[in-house]
Amino acid sequence: MEEENKIEEEIKEIPREIVVPGEVLAEKDFLPGEGTRREGDEIIASRFGLLEKSDRLVKVIPLGGAYIPRAGNTVIGQIVDVNFNGWMIDVLAAHQAFLPVMECFGYINKKDLTEVYTFKEIIVTKIRAVKPRSVELTMKEKGLRKLEGGMLIKINSTRVPRIIGKAGSMVKIIKDETKCNIIVGQNGLVWIKSDENDVEKEIIAKKAIELIVEKPFHIGLTEKVKDFLQKHKKL
Amino acid sequence: MAKEEKLKRPDGREKEELRKIEAKVGVIKRADGSAMFTFGGSTAIAAVYGPRTLHPQHLQDPETGVLRCYYDMTTFSVSERKRPGPNRRANEISFVTTKALQPAIQIENFPNTAVDCYIMILQADASTRCAGINAASLALANAGVPMKELVSAVSIGKTGDHLVVDVSKEEEDFTVMKDGKEIKAATDIPFAILSRSEKISLLQLDGKINSEDLKEAIELAKRACKKIAEIQKKALKKVKDEA
Repeated sequence: MEEENKIEEEIKEIPREIVVPGEVLAEKDFLPGEGTRREGDEIIASRFGLLEKSDRLVKVIPLGGAYIPRAGNTVIGQIVDVNFNGWMIDVLAAHQAFLPVMECFGYINKKDLTEVYTFKEIIVTKIRAVKPRSVELTMKEKGLRKLEGGMLIKINSTRVPRIIGKAGSMVKIIKDETKCNIIVGQNGLVWIKSDENDVEKEIIAKKAIELIVEKPFHIGLTEKVKDFLQKHKKL
Repeated sequence: MAKEEKLKRPDGREKEELRKIEAKVGVIKRADGSAMFTFGGSTAIAAVYGPRTLHPQHLQDPETGVLRCYYDMTTFSVSERKRPGPNRRANEISFVTTKALQPAIQIENFPNTAVDCYIMILQADASTRCAGINAASLALANAGVPMKELVSAVSIGKTGDHLVVDVSKEEEDFTVMKDGKEIKAATDIPFAILSRSEKISLLQLDGKINSEDLKEAIELAKRACKKIAEIQKKALKKVKDEA
């Protein structure tokens, strides 16, 4: 079983081809997916990124760039303003996001919303809808709450799937080895808090995440991360 | 009667030979995208931030994102210290650079946002606006801005009787003696061409040219930009090796 899992991980890590805007990716029989367009008989890349070719679909996975908010994404944000009916949150997207009072649980003092969330506080929230001029958030789901203490780091949003790993496998390794609670926002913000209130452990988790961000294409990355965490455990 | 005088360029290059090009992506880590592009002695660095919220609000466009390019030269890029801050020439170049890159990017899906592109010339040896556009094109792609194709730029010149590709400072300053006086006799034609559709997005003329030569200049520019686009492509693909 270990062997099989290892092989699966290896297969996933076969380096994909990098494509540039304007490059021809495929011909007739394919369908243009995200990041591509069709011109006559050819499928052309509309972004800089990694080429993903499956049976009939051609996609370009972005390699970098600003976070593009999507409905259903769980993100971490910071309160930047308080209105009479909600809070304005910075989620590192092109637009600020809005969290209406109606999307929160519990009793809320309508006269002073800062009692619930005030300026500069960090919350983990979910995107309910994306509109042309704004992003709407909700707190009405399991696990969404204010985050206190701990450490917040920023990584490129395109690296988030790599940090999480298949079915959360990668981030689980870091969590287990450092005994930290880690929440990864789809927008690239990652919150780390040691269960033992140990800043040293939080720093190790941070370094492990940075290691993954720097070398996302490495074959055997999982092993490297495990080795790194083992080494630091002994120190 | 053919123009018989054999072309002799000051640095010994052939007619269509480009200067040494260096292109590197991701040179400014904090920016969303960045790149450096060098044509011989002219070096440009571009940094792209965005799409991000546009301030002030009255400049926002509810139907699309807005591209803003800023070109400037560092004080030490030329032999006589250039006073810091954009001057009229820099403002004009900023304007034409924005116009040159606009057809290649697709930011209609980011209304009310701006994509800011800052270009700095570190060393100037003619064709700086072309180096700037090449760097900006790479930086925009590196930033993940949706783009239809890359933009490549080069300057075609005419010194005396010959058209040349990739004008250097000496060629730009070419003079002839007329009536005992030294007068400027070089023509400089910067081009920017879209990599896939081969459409021209920048075409400026500084000097005199006749229509035959202009047609040939267009052909030379298309060929040169194809070579440059290949180099830009390679620079973008190299990102992985450094990862």
